[in-house]
Amino acid sequence: MRRVYMDHSATTPVRPEVAQVVTKYFTETFGNASSVHAFGREARKGVETAREQIANLIKAKPEEIFFTSGGTEADNMAIIGTALANKDKGKHIITTQIEHHAVLDTCKYLEKQGFEVTYLPVDAEAMLDMETLKKAIRKDTILITIMHVNNEVGTILPIKEIGAIAKENNILFHVDAVQSFGKLPIDVNQMNIDMLSASGHKIYAPKGIGCLFLRKGTKLSPIMFGGAQERKRRPGTENVPGIVGFGLAAELAGKEMEEENKRLTKLRDKLIDGILEKIPESQLNGHRTQRLPGNVNVSLRYIEGESLLLMLDLKGIAASSGSACTSGSLDPSHVLMAMGICHEIAHGSLRLTLGKINTEEDIDYVLEVLPEIVEKLREMSPLYNSIKLERREECSKCTLTK
Amino acid sequence: MYTDKVMDHFTNPRNVGELDNANGIGEVGNAKCGDIMRIYLDVQDNIIKDIKFKTFGCGAAIATSSMVTEMVKGKSIDEALKITNKAVAEALGGLPPAKMHCSNLAADALHKAIEDYKNNNS
Ligand SMILES: Cc1ncc(COP(=O)(O)O)c(C=O)c1O
Ligand code: FES
Repeated sequence: MRRVYMDHSATTPVRPEVAQVVTKYFTETFGNASSVHAFGREARKGVETAREQIANLIKAKPEEIFFTSGGTEADNMAIIGTALANKDKGKHIITTQIEHHAVLDTCKYLEKQGFEVTYLPVDAEAMLDMETLKKAIRKDTILITIMHVNNEVGTILPIKEIGAIAKENNILFHVDAVQSFGKLPIDVNQMNIDMLSASGHKIYAPKGIGCLFLRKGTKLSPIMFGGAQERKRRPGTENVPGIVGFGLAAELAGKEMEEENKRLTKLRDKLIDGILEKIPESQLNGHRTQRLPGNVNVSLRYIEGESLLLMLDLKGIAASSGSACTSGSLDPSHVLMAMGICHEIAHGSLRLTLGKINTEEDIDYVLEVLPEIVEKLREMSPLYNSIKLERREECSKCTLTK
Repeated sequence: MYTDKVMDHFTNPRNVGELDNANGIGEVGNAKCGDIMRIYLDVQDNIIKDIKFKTFGCGAAIATSSMVTEMVKGKSIDEALKITNKAVAEALGGLPPAKMHCSNLAADALHKAIEDYKNNNS
């Protein structure tokens, strides 16, 4: 059976060049980067090269990069660290309703500690309005933390404009760039970014490695204690193989970005157009053009996402959904809810995220298989009455729609 | 995460569809996750002669719907009323803990359809 992996926003395979160097650092160059001997010095060299590779990709200085265990840790470090370091200046933080839980749950934790958080709403395409942001700024706002690309619907937020507003108001600006790092051009100076989180496993490096960019001179209270590694900001023996792999993956991503984005955009648009054309009552979620090259997110009415994923899986296709039934929480995706999409339509959402390993044949295969599956599930759905062609009117009345 | 039995009922669901001559219909929505199940009954002399279902929900919801229709087809309505959510889940070889609530749909929809039949025929 053909196997098609279209869940690159969840994670990516490690690319062979990266796997090779990681293996070398597991078995040969295995020293502790803090050791004085040659084994340690070689490991240290690998770490510092990686730091340069990462810094280059976002136009930062190597000493502004701090390695972490991934995006989640970098988000926690930036948000909690800034809050604690600036609590005498103010208690207010601004974020959006569509952040990843690594940011949202960290903000909720801080609310319990006495901080106040504004969760900015977004429009139907998950786009943020700059006037809304400006109005939310208070005298005691100490941090704005906003993602670059939304992980579910792929909308690209106007980071440069947000950065300018943050700077104008003298507020620190953190960007969760886990879904854009290595995929979209980032210039931390031009964009006025003070802190930025990135993760290795979204760009063909191993899982469990990421980093925080922290602009020189930015105050941050540590949230971990124990050693002098990463200049005491992130103590603990470095994950040298992961770091070296992450560095190489970042460099390669930078080199290939322009071409790969052209390729992915073409595949993405073919897939979006094909689905909307072949499947009646389907809709695109997220922005049509301000959109990550590899992201497709559609809602297919009258069917539920988890059963759709199971059916796709039986045909070898790996995807994800914002349905409540897949979340384990009984609530549909908070992102789709924030966009004003009603429960029933959010239940039928399907995310296909493309990457390096996908080809045009993969797109054709999905476009061949998906309509049949949707038809089969709709036949089973009490919401879809294909015989009488009756349509339920709930959604036009749905109170959840903005 | 699902047993083979669940996957079997999910991929080859028994008794999907509607009954034009239904004399009992039950629909339940699980308020929690927003899923919906409808069961159609054709009852003759207190025996469930035919039964069909339509379900909007996850794999577990579809499998439990299918299983419950199979369990009661040909049975008397008194026997059918004794079917519990737990019995449906057990017949499927168990459900993941997070999916136990889906099995509520199936037995509830069945009981509601029987109630509807009784109301229609009292
Ligand atoms: C936007 C965003 N932020 C943070 C994370 C968490 O990153 P990690 O898996 O490296 O902890 C993810 C990963 O899914 C993400 O998509
Ligand atoms: S029907 Fe929603 S989780 Fe089973």
